[in-house]
Amino acid sequence: MAEMAKEKAYRIHLMVCAGTGCVSNNAFGIKAALEREVKKQGLENEVLIVTTGCNGFCERGPLLVVQPGSIFYQQLTEKDIPHLVEEHFLKGRPVKKLMYTPPKEKTPVPVLSDIDFFKKQVLIALRNRGLIDPEKIDEYIARDGYKAVAKALTEMAPEQVITEIANSGLRGRGGAGFPTGLKWQMVRNAPASNGSLKYLICNGDEGDPGAFMDRSILEADPHSVIEGMVIGARAVGASEGFVYVRNEYPLAIKRMNIAIEQARDYGLLGNNILGTGFDFDIKIVRGAGAFVCGEETALIASVEGRLGEPRTRPPYPAQSGLWEKPTLINNVETWANVPIIIDRGAKWYASIGTLTSKGTKVFSLVGKINNTGLVEVPMGIALREIIYDIGGGIPGGKEFKAVQTGGPSGGCIPKEQLDLPIDYESLTAAGSMMGSGGMVVMDEDTCMVDVARYFLTFTKDESCGKCTPCREGTKAMLDIITRITEGKGTEEDLTLLEDMAHAVKDSSLCGLGKTAPNPVLTTLRYFRNEYEAHIRDRKCPAHVCRQLNVYTIDENRCLTVGKGCDLCRRNCASDAIRGAKNEAHRIVQEKCIKCGVCYDVCNFGAVKVD
Amino acid sequence: MNHANITEILNKYQGDESSLIAILQDIQEEYSYLPREALVQVSKEMNVPLSRVLSLATFFRAFSLKPKGKHSVHVCLGTACHVRGAQRVLEKFERELGLKSGETSEDLLFSLDAVRCLGCCGLAPVVQVGEEVHGKITPAKVTGVIKKYRK
Ligand SMILES: Cc1cc2nc3c(=O)[nH]c(=O)nc-3n(C[C@H](O)[C@H](O)[C@H](O)COP(=O)(O)O)c2cc1C
Ligand code: FES
Repeated sequence: MAEMAKEKAYRIHLMVCAGTGCVSNNAFGIKAALEREVKKQGLENEVLIVTTGCNGFCERGPLLVVQPGSIFYQQLTEKDIPHLVEEHFLKGRPVKKLMYTPPKEKTPVPVLSDIDFFKKQVLIALRNRGLIDPEKIDEYIARDGYKAVAKALTEMAPEQVITEIANSGLRGRGGAGFPTGLKWQMVRNAPASNGSLKYLICNGDEGDPGAFMDRSILEADPHSVIEGMVIGARAVGASEGFVYVRNEYPLAIKRMNIAIEQARDYGLLGNNILGTGFDFDIKIVRGAGAFVCGEETALIASVEGRLGEPRTRPPYPAQSGLWEKPTLINNVETWANVPIIIDRGAKWYASIGTLTSKGTKVFSLVGKINNTGLVEVPMGIALREIIYDIGGGIPGGKEFKAVQTGGPSGGCIPKEQLDLPIDYESLTAAGSMMGSGGMVVMDEDTCMVDVARYFLTFTKDESCGKCTPCREGTKAMLDIITRITEGKGTEEDLTLLEDMAHAVKDSSLCGLGKTAPNPVLTTLRYFRNEYEAHIRDRKCPAHVCRQLNVYTIDENRCLTVGKGCDLCRRNCASDAIRGAKNEAHRIVQEKCIKCGVCYDVCNFGAVKVD
Repeated sequence: MNHANITEILNKYQGDESSLIAILQDIQEEYSYLPREALVQVSKEMNVPLSRVLSLATFFRAFSLKPKGKHSVHVCLGTACHVRGAQRVLEKFERELGLKSGETSEDLLFSLDAVRCLGCCGLAPVVQVGEEVHGKITPAKVTGVIKKYRK
């Protein structure tokens, strides 16, 4: 391996989070301010500023972690920086008011690992999170990176590598949870017909709308994925690999490109890797924005330059995949787990998690939750711990209603099941699935019928149209649900919806159609009362389905607080509001089209909805 | 339209048919849409039927057959954004810009599109204008965002 760059010894390392969330919150402005102030105080030789990938606690960005000591600063503004640099880095007095103070408490928690959000997390796939500059291979190497590849290539036979992965109990993190070792064995055993080519693919399409685990791994630690792929390639005998990255992730593509170049320079990719005579290289393929392309056979078609349509399996990609050659396809997070398993051993990995689900899972915890962000937890942890201990509960004193896992293929889990342990089997039994790691929290203001409609709209749009049950079935189901949200549903609609959901599930060609009914079926199972309220009472209990709302104006409030500002009348799309400036306003119900604009524009809370 | 640019893109892939999607992506990036002439040129020089090029160009969401505005506004309607009220944010943009989602203004200054997840779900609801990401957007903040790009 090439010589490591000589590290200058710095007294302090400032790890500035440059994940997408923090960047949109001015992380680079913070970085520039830090550079300026550090220079001004003459600390350039003592303080090193490093930009890292996503730290995970996106809600509190922009973030800065000071090493050594892991002092966690949050919600920084450029104005804070001069004081911070002078106090902490010059005078050695950490600045309390820039630290994280848990809601409802008064004392700040200075050290990252003491903060509830981080405390219960176990970092395996995200082991380098916030600790390295993803654009510098030396920093990855300094944290034991590429140690596993050396071990796998020089000390272990390919069969041994596969046994190790199999014994670790690792299962696919892309959705279905297929045992990774078994898949590798299938590819290794597949006869390589006409020539000896086999291929490797890393699935970074991340189609679940509302999740960003794979993005974070690719952006924060691209070498962990490359290292996993080299190990996998050696184990199954593949010579070429592809990383398929979602089109919306330009930074992930850029970082991956840099990482591949660096790995080639260090002899970790390309010909004769580490002098062992093993050849393997990686190319990046950009997705073009079709959800179905996350499905392995559709993904393969689009890598070949064809329409991203799935085909029936078998044959599985392991037997006949890319250009009809045996192809090993795994998800980004699956790949990122591989090096550390080889390095620390299957036994260690299998000691974490439950009987059937080993290791950890990364979730993107979003929606109606206080601590939104990226979390990695051991399998078997209860949903309640994720939502209340790590996530800090529901904002605004609202009540928890449901959590959605598995994206458009998954389902909604109600509060009665908050103690459900997170593992593949429990989630499936609850009618949802592990999926790739999306976890969207919903509160009392979320309408579950609307959620089902939302996901069906998505799957209907994304259905590739190749098979009839999925193409026509999702459309027909959507029509029924839309009818219900508009207050035009009947009791029979619920039976019809349920029957249709089962039919689509049973007869669709690929996973998209087979799982598309899940959001409908779980909401029917756990929240049937909400459907019934829409149908029987013509009411949306959460006031989300606007066609069922009645908008009125509190005339007193309008006049006394808002001084009859007239904003609602001017914005009304259907000329349904009566009144003039400095007068109380009133809605003519017969003319109201229930667009909700008056409610949105009123700055005085005078428009009421019922 | 500059044919030399297209030729340059085509040369990069050396007539490799499996790169057809990548070629279209490069063209889309260069022009922010796929001009008809470009597709004709691709079909000719790659020796693939125009119908095949068109079927790719219409199947994938990343491609547009119509020109886009100077500032392309992407309002995220991913799940995280949806449950935090993204639909109302989109409607506010529609009203303020006088455009429906999918449309481009006549002066080619703005185009408005609803997209599925920009990957910053922690900051929902999210809007991206050009390269810039704006997090925690409410209908009330929309006017301010537009103003920034109006000039
Ligand atoms: C409609 C559909 C979409 C999918 N999207 C993804 C995706 O975005 N990312 C992913 O890794 N797997 C996705 N999958 C699963 C893949 O088909 C495949 O099982 C997976 O990439 C295998 O890797 P793993 O065993 O490491 O999970 C999807 C499957 C279906 C049916
Ligand atoms: S759901 Fe909007 S950014 Fe992910």
